[in-house]
Amino acid sequence: MTLMKSLLGAAASLALTAGAALADPAIVFDLGGKFDKSFNEAAFNGAKKWAEETGGSYREIEMQSEAQREQALRRLAETGSNPVVMTGFAFGSVLGEVAPDYPDTDFVIIDMVVDQPNVTSVVFTEHEGSYLVGYMAAQASKNNTVGFIGGMDIPLIRRFACGYAQGAKAANPDTKVIANMTGTTPAAWNDPVKGGELTKAQISQGADVVYAAAGGTGVGVLQAAADAGALSIGVDSNQNGMHPGKVLTSMMKRVDVAVYDAFTAGTEQPGGVKVLNLAAEGVGYAMDENNAELVSADMQATVDAIAAKIIDGEITVHDYMSDESCPALNF
Amino acid sequence: MDYATLLQIFDSTLRLATPLLLACLAGLFSERAGIFDIGLEGKILAAAFMSAAVAAVSGSVWLGLFAGIGASLALSALHGVASITFRGNQLISGVAINFLAAGLAVLVAQSWFGQGGRTPALIGAGRFEELALPFAESLRAVPVLGPFYADVISGHSILVYVALLCVPMTWYVLFRTRFGLRLRAVGENPAAVDTAGVSVVGLRFAAVGICGLLCGIAGAYLSTGLNAGFVKDMSAGRGFIALAALIFAKWRPWYALGACLLFGLFGALESRPDVIEAVLGFKVQAQLLSALPYIMTVVILAGFVGKAVPPRAGGEPYVKER
Repeated sequence: MTLMKSLLGAAASLALTAGAALADPAIVFDLGGKFDKSFNEAAFNGAKKWAEETGGSYREIEMQSEAQREQALRRLAETGSNPVVMTGFAFGSVLGEVAPDYPDTDFVIIDMVVDQPNVTSVVFTEHEGSYLVGYMAAQASKNNTVGFIGGMDIPLIRRFACGYAQGAKAANPDTKVIANMTGTTPAAWNDPVKGGELTKAQISQGADVVYAAAGGTGVGVLQAAADAGALSIGVDSNQNGMHPGKVLTSMMKRVDVAVYDAFTAGTEQPGGVKVLNLAAEGVGYAMDENNAELVSADMQATVDAIAAKIIDGEITVHDYMSDESCPALNF
Repeated sequence: MDYATLLQIFDSTLRLATPLLLACLAGLFSERAGIFDIGLEGKILAAAFMSAAVAAVSGSVWLGLFAGIGASLALSALHGVASITFRGNQLISGVAINFLAAGLAVLVAQSWFGQGGRTPALIGAGRFEELALPFAESLRAVPVLGPFYADVISGHSILVYVALLCVPMTWYVLFRTRFGLRLRAVGENPAAVDTAGVSVVGLRFAAVGICGLLCGIAGAYLSTGLNAGFVKDMSAGRGFIALAALIFAKWRPWYALGACLLFGLFGALESRPDVIEAVLGFKVQAQLLSALPYIMTVVILAGFVGKAVPPRAGGEPYVKER
């Protein structure tokens, strides 16, 4: 970090310390865009809810390219936004460099842990939520084969896949889990054509329930599954309504709650790492009128019992990110 | 690996090769006439958006197709005006078109539909249905060829067959008609064509127009055939892979079909890592497969496998001597 930048940053934060109590919060959306019907949209809904309830206003920036991350964070911090919330693991390394330059600004990062005094890291136990939907998938599967389609191949997405596979195997040890990743670049979050093609390939291998954890690519997965008469599972937001009666459930990741809480806390951020797990209702599965016919009361009761066991600690779901390996699935 | 798996891979190959093939032939016309077109990607994207948007509003996929072709033609016209009429740099104009299309599609989609740069999901007549060819089911009993016909050849949207038909048509137009001869000549030696009293500008505009038409079909296939709606950046680099295929095919239509099918096969295999592992006996990273088209193009360009010579006057605006 150059001295000039530090000086500028210090000057800006000094100038704004007076108005800090009145500062508006800000949110930065990652590359998928705030209407990705999934992760970023959930974050947007949380911010919207906060604005509607408090009548406050907030600033937002949507990333258009990788290069903008640092620029966006600095701009928001320098113009006095506080707290600055960002969605996505990809901000991790950038925030590690930016946060020390703005000690008076509170940063909140979702999906990644950044160890700085003024950063609050919010992480979800996606493996637990994925375990539940994996359990449901195996119950709903007639061919004993379920599929998983990830977006960009990163440890976080493998955590989804690993939890899902464990859940599916727990429901029925004979279940075959087919897992594919869309790609290794951020473009993999926005390639519905490839998502659809992967889905067709998995269905031809016998999969009849396909779980998409792939941002915008998931739109193609859900579409291809609905076209082929297979079931699909949405992710992050409640995607049951995208193809009513064809989406088994959605693995809810309450990014909206995380953003809402961060905005509500304002400049009184707790700091450290905040884990939103099954017990804190940070993850879960979605039920509404669109999938009521697909999930029998029996199935729901079983899954709720499993969820209770995970909360009690009776079942431990292996976290891929803890040791970069998965007992139930071979990547 | 059984026969059914093979059929599934070929089926997927054909679907993935179609947008590449259309874009590749589009580039072929344009580049054979001496206009390099790096803006294939942008045209595909604009067409994908326009066809999905119009199909969503009107409920008719055919209106959508025409709108998509229209959008692509408009960008072609822009490229033509910039690089033919005003003799601008063709590469820069192409890059500008890519940026313009990527930004404009999302912006317009947001202002029309308010769904964050998407179009609503298409239903019913808003999409191209999969076409069952005649006798597909009754011939299925024929060993080997029957299932091949029923599963691979039959059951695609009509645009796939249009794309395949475009290959012999392109060959015929370019190599068996007077128009094609002149078009190729204008890409090799425009001065000679001019001396013969044929309009260089007119021919080049015609080529760029055909390029726009084919890109329009490619884009419409992406959003209304393969998918059911537009998502931002959904072309995902297919325009650039088509350019790679064009170099790989050394600017010839039948070779273009081969190159696109090969690249489509790589794409299809990417979805089936289990098959590669079963055939080769070891695990191949999917990333290698997605990089292969580019690697092969570099190998070709480096001259290891034959030589790829582009049209001689390609990239240069034609200036009449005074």
